[in-house]
Amino acid sequence: MTASFHVEHATRASRIGTATFAAGLVLLVAAPAWGGRDDLRLLSEIYAYVALASLWNLLAGYAGLVSVGQQAYVGLGGYVLFASTIEAGVHPLLAVPVAGVVAAVFALPVAGLLFRLRGHYFAIGTWVVAEVFRLIASQISALGGGSGISLPAAIVTEMASSRQMREFLIYWVALALVVVVLAAIVLLLRSRYGLALTAIRDNELAARSNGVDVTRTKLVVYVLTAFGTAMVGALIFLQKLRISPDTAFSVNDWTAFVIFITVIGGIGRVEGPIIGTVVFFVLRQTLADLGSLYLLMLGAVAIAVMLLAPKGIWGFLAERFGWQLLPLERRLRFAADARTT
Amino acid sequence: MRRFVGPIENVTAMEWVNIIVQGVLIGGLYAMFAAGLALIFGVMRLVNIAHGDLIVLAAYIALMTTDTLGLNPLLAIIIVVPIMAAIGYGLQRALLNRTLGDDVLPPLLVTFGLSVIIQNALLEVFTADSRRLSAGAIEVASFPLVEGVWIGVLPLLQFAVAIAVIGALQLLFYRTALGRAFRATSDDQAVAQLMGLDNRHIFALAMALSLAVIAVAGVFIAVRTNFDPAIGPARLIFGFEAVIIGGLGSMWGTLVGGIVLGVSQAIGAQINPGWQLLAGHLAFLLILAVRPEGLFPKVQG
Repeated sequence: MTASFHVEHATRASRIGTATFAAGLVLLVAAPAWGGRDDLRLLSEIYAYVALASLWNLLAGYAGLVSVGQQAYVGLGGYVLFASTIEAGVHPLLAVPVAGVVAAVFALPVAGLLFRLRGHYFAIGTWVVAEVFRLIASQISALGGGSGISLPAAIVTEMASSRQMREFLIYWVALALVVVVLAAIVLLLRSRYGLALTAIRDNELAARSNGVDVTRTKLVVYVLTAFGTAMVGALIFLQKLRISPDTAFSVNDWTAFVIFITVIGGIGRVEGPIIGTVVFFVLRQTLADLGSLYLLMLGAVAIAVMLLAPKGIWGFLAERFGWQLLPLERRLRFAADARTT
Repeated sequence: MRRFVGPIENVTAMEWVNIIVQGVLIGGLYAMFAAGLALIFGVMRLVNIAHGDLIVLAAYIALMTTDTLGLNPLLAIIIVVPIMAAIGYGLQRALLNRTLGDDVLPPLLVTFGLSVIIQNALLEVFTADSRRLSAGAIEVASFPLVEGVWIGVLPLLQFAVAIAVIGALQLLFYRTALGRAFRATSDDQAVAQLMGLDNRHIFALAMALSLAVIAVAGVFIAVRTNFDPAIGPARLIFGFEAVIIGGLGSMWGTLVGGIVLGVSQAIGAQINPGWQLLAGHLAFLLILAVRPEGLFPKVQG
């Protein structure tokens, strides 16, 4: 029986799912042709949340690193964009990957400290780091200190001279970024690391005893999510054109919403954050007038989901109907039954 | 807190003594935040992210009690403590017991959700306005410790209460039947249950005790500082830092942790007012880097 089998990732459902994704992507790339300014703005915001939630899901849902401090990297990314364009004359679009690299460099020593804290305490430790970043940002007077700073007009026009073209450009970069983030996560999960991560998620002790280097795997995931999160953060603030410590390191905007989106959509599944973001924005469009009550209700729904259906909306549907949108499963196909399927 | 303004090189030795004394006194408050947190972590390995928001809730309950009953805020403690303890017992029985298990995710996410809910509910009911309780003449009363070092009566009272609370918790843990039950469930839940302990009840009692402790802290916050619905997370972080600095070995560790944090913040504020919080966080990160088990670690055995 040697080499008479191969590993198959796709199922019929995931082939349909991938095809739907591809068709949807074509439609979204063409959005500047069919949508207005508000549509593009809303879509860009949706992309940012899909990316942030997917990254948080990778961190918490797969690597078991429950962080409530990812706003540290959103804010860091935003500030690196402002600092590198204003102080060093970097092109604003180039500043987005620069922000990712800087965040990854910061994430290494931060992980060195935070990984000393076990489980629950790690979560609060991440929050402390975010607070430290916020307090340091508010001490840098060159970047506006506590009150923040706007992106100078000269840098804004550097991207494209017409306002419409700028908006199109930022929209496409936002779309490209979420596609890259999702593709990277899917590829990571299909790689050796993905297998190790799934093993850690299911049983850390068993994974360790089967030779998985748990700490190293977690470190790789922590640094990669910092890299991605900071790029998303840089883009968010490139679109806002203004940054301040309180908006950049906001726990509500960049962590509470992201966690609720992931939990409601389905934690530990790649599709979960996408479904969760759609639900989040539909609810927001209808309930936005409620203000702080909206956040309160979202918190209550997330608690209810966690207690009653801990796998979220997508986990429930996937188990009930065997649905799978992305080719992430691993099935052994033997030579004999390869002919029959 | 009494604060001197002026460049750091003009600070005399006596003023440094004063700064450190004030830092130690505020440390007592942080120790009370930390004791509540350490207590429930010790008994059921739960970190309550809503801890800080519950402290703020206690401050608002104190506000309502004094408003409606016209009590002195410090007397309001006798009403706020049982209310918070009841909330803690109910919260644990109805919600948090369902989240306990091997997975760290459910308790973290549920208490995080709770934190957001409490914060926004307080915002809805009491608005974002900053509030404060007036305790009368005791607020400004102070006496000289030595020439140039003044001690406020209220900060001293707060520190004394913190020592009393932590001492009482230490006694309860090691000298009473309830404390034995806490330690037994902490060591081995399954065996404790076999010995006839009802874990759900024990956990709920631990949470009630934790919230009773932070009720005391909440009343002192209400009297000593301005508060609003958004200050909870920072209190959680102070408590957490004090726990980690002190180590998980004994309740007295939280007192030392609180004092280290309070003194670091006081020194930071002296160097530059913007560095007060930063200095506290850096002290925590420094301890984490050089002595991650804290100053008074749990003895392995």
